Amino acid sequence: MLQIQTWKRVVIWGLVVLGLVFALPNGFYSRVEGHNDAVVAIENGGETPELAAARDAWPAWMPSGLMNLGLDLRGGAHLLAEVRVEDVYADRINGYWPELRNVLRDERAVVGTIRRQPSAPDVLRVKISQPDGMARALELVRGLASPVQTLAGVGSTDIEVSGAGDILTLTLSEAERLATDVRTLQQSLEIIRRRVDEVGTREPTIQRQGERRILIQVPGIGSAEELKALIGTTAKLTFHPVVGRTSDSTVAAGARNILVPSLDEPGVFYILERTPVVNGEDLVDAQPAFDQNGAPAVNFRFNPTGARKFGDYTAENIGSPFAIVLDNEVISAPTIRDHISGGSGIISGSYSVEESTKLAILLRAGALPAEMTFLEERTIGPELGQDSIDAGKIAAIVAGISVLVFMGLSYGLFGLIANVALIINVAMIFGLLSMIGATLTLPGIAGIVLTVGMAVDANVLIFERIREELKTARGPARAIELGYEKALSAIIDANITTFITAVILFIMGSGPVRGFAVTLGLGIMTSVFTAIFVTRLIIVMWFERRRPKTIEV
Amino acid sequence: MRLKLVPSETSFDFFKASKVTFGLSILAMIFSAVVFFSAGLNFGIDFKGGTTIRTESTQVLDVGIYRDALQPLELGDVTITQVFDPTFAEDQNVAMVRFEAQVGDESIAAETVIAVQSALRSVDPVVSFPSVESVGPKVSGELVKTAILAVIAAISAVLFYIWLRFEWQFALGAVAALVHDIVLTIGIFALFQIPFDLAIIAALLTIVGYSLNDTVVVFDRVRENLRKFKKMDLRGVLNLSINDTLSRTVMTSVTTLLALIALLVLGGDVIRGFIFAMTWGVIVGTYSSVFVATNILLYLGVKRDWSKPDANAGNQFANVDA
Repeated sequence: MLQIQTWKRVVIWGLVVLGLVFALPNGFYSRVEGHNDAVVAIENGGETPELAAARDAWPAWMPSGLMNLGLDLRGGAHLLAEVRVEDVYADRINGYWPELRNVLRDERAVVGTIRRQPSAPDVLRVKISQPDGMARALELVRGLASPVQTLAGVGSTDIEVSGAGDILTLTLSEAERLATDVRTLQQSLEIIRRRVDEVGTREPTIQRQGERRILIQVPGIGSAEELKALIGTTAKLTFHPVVGRTSDSTVAAGARNILVPSLDEPGVFYILERTPVVNGEDLVDAQPAFDQNGAPAVNFRFNPTGARKFGDYTAENIGSPFAIVLDNEVISAPTIRDHISGGSGIISGSYSVEESTKLAILLRAGALPAEMTFLEERTIGPELGQDSIDAGKIAAIVAGISVLVFMGLSYGLFGLIANVALIINVAMIFGLLSMIGATLTLPGIAGIVLTVGMAVDANVLIFERIREELKTARGPARAIELGYEKALSAIIDANITTFITAVILFIMGSGPVRGFAVTLGLGIMTSVFTAIFVTRLIIVMWFERRRPKTIEV
Repeated sequence: MRLKLVPSETSFDFFKASKVTFGLSILAMIFSAVVFFSAGLNFGIDFKGGTTIRTESTQVLDVGIYRDALQPLELGDVTITQVFDPTFAEDQNVAMVRFEAQVGDESIAAETVIAVQSALRSVDPVVSFPSVESVGPKVSGELVKTAILAVIAAISAVLFYIWLRFEWQFALGAVAALVHDIVLTIGIFALFQIPFDLAIIAALLTIVGYSLNDTVVVFDRVRENLRKFKKMDLRGVLNLSINDTLSRTVMTSVTTLLALIALLVLGGDVIRGFIFAMTWGVIVGTYSSVFVATNILLYLGVKRDWSKPDANAGNQFANVDA
């Protein structure tokens, strides 16, 4: 009758204490946050007295995990971006044109002259003047294909080549497109992460969502516009030979040329060779600097390959201009005065200091492989977040106190025991949330408050059952035992069904809905634990000390 | 002296007026459907696409002036509503400005947002914009689909679980109660044109969970009493079970409502719609588990020959012990 083995008691109290200890840092939020920041700062940049003081404000042996506050509580920006993977297909196809031209040119006797035909951006169409040579041309072009290295695309090659009449068509294979998508997404994620990290904000969330979307949440940033400016810029830097300069935007640029507008001279266009001499991928460093006139500029340095290409080109073309192109705009087109051999250079335009700093960050982080379309953007101001925290706090305290009072009035001593369990329960939810580093959102607070309401349910079920059993059972100990035993199946069934909905919310929801699902799910687990184990243990301990002849529930 | 909302012994006949209660539920559902199809839901930007801007100003707010300021921008459907909340300070005047996604926009036009903000600033120089949210039409369509799928998935998962643990009649009864709760909740959102956004879907699913919780507790007692009183007719067993659990049903609803009402009044306007849905859901959920689920069970009848000998022996949780 009413016995609980010692080891079980130890485990139960141990779990409770563990939950409380992990929840504790949240009670000293700013102090612990300061401690965590100081620890990171000391690791990165050495110790200063202020940092050491901030670090020592919270003992190192205590857990220092905090619940992250969601955007709706802290303020910040949220973006959902779709990566235009088709851009990369077009780039790839363009990359094949010189290769294809080279192999076919060697066999001019068989295939005749070759000419690129206008087509969709992800298709390369080439006309050969001797249709009889098509078989040989196909054979040669197919030789350019290389195998795709993905799990799904075993045995397939990256391009598909077909011929009809005198037109040869080259497209990317399905396997290659999939592989490209994956690669593009990974690159984009990596570059966005680098750019966001360079700005140095706290706990940004950068996640892949679905096939080609990226979710970016940055707390503490002023607005979604600011974030978009930072990550939305492709920052594709290339250096092209200049063919000519014009003020006519409709002029035909010529076969292998492109027409690019100037950044700071309105109405001026440059005709450039399509194939760049060097591009941003060869950049190793970019730093904000000042040019010889004292205007803000960006210093950059090439890797050895880039430096060699750039050096060779400048040596051969002294006296002719070349263009620095950033995101399809000519930043400047200086004339080459000398052989530039060091592999470094300077970009000057009409920049402000901030703009040059930002451009340096963008160039350093690398170019995005493709452009992005923004499907969703949200900005939440920090004041609104603070208001929500304040309102949530007051509401949670009022809700808690009214439930505690109500339980005490309804069940007396047993109600008080349930109240102790309820407080432990909430503390454990906070402890678990901190332990897994979950993010607390406004609906999350609602989830916790709802759990407070529902957590008493299990105890209510048990207490009501004990009341019933008291009428028939022999003695209070037996009634308590039967009460727990018989209420169990209802508690389990009821909580599993709620848990199922929490899981579905988690799987299908996003953002704040997920935060709500997490707190609801954890709340169900802790409330079942506290209701079944903790209250029972407290009641048994009380019973052992007092040995009451009758009890009133 | 204990506070008792329900006397310890009750013997109400919950089926005496079953025509009235059940009829009332059906009428309410029909009414909800009519309102839903005639007035429609006031979908938020999550589902419709568009932009909401929250404005805050120390100046006295006049929705008309705001509307006039935005008139020249030709944004199409613009809604401006003033927000009132007990947690606001004396001179805190808040409004929500919502406009639809502009024709031809695949993504979000930042210029439109800036234009709206400067137009508002021109009539109210001290206005600030604590939050700006935009959802493109492409995402919003997907969100609707996911939301509907989520509700269907939740209901089917639960249907399956109850069928596993009880009998199919119980599962149907529980699901009828769920559908009742969801329809009535959607109905009240359509009736009062409360903005319906993604968080409301979360609230709906929570209602599903809560209502089930209630229903399952009653059903659990029905199952137990069916075994205990093999001679009693089904109506008697159902009545007895509801009476047995009535005190608990009321207690739990009251504690949950206490918590929810505290949030509803003091939790701020940002989550008011969400909390309102849950509060309403708890009320109809409690009602439906007493009056709807059991009525369906009575109508369908249940297999009385439970081959399992005792309430706990066949129960997989019989050996769970502290």
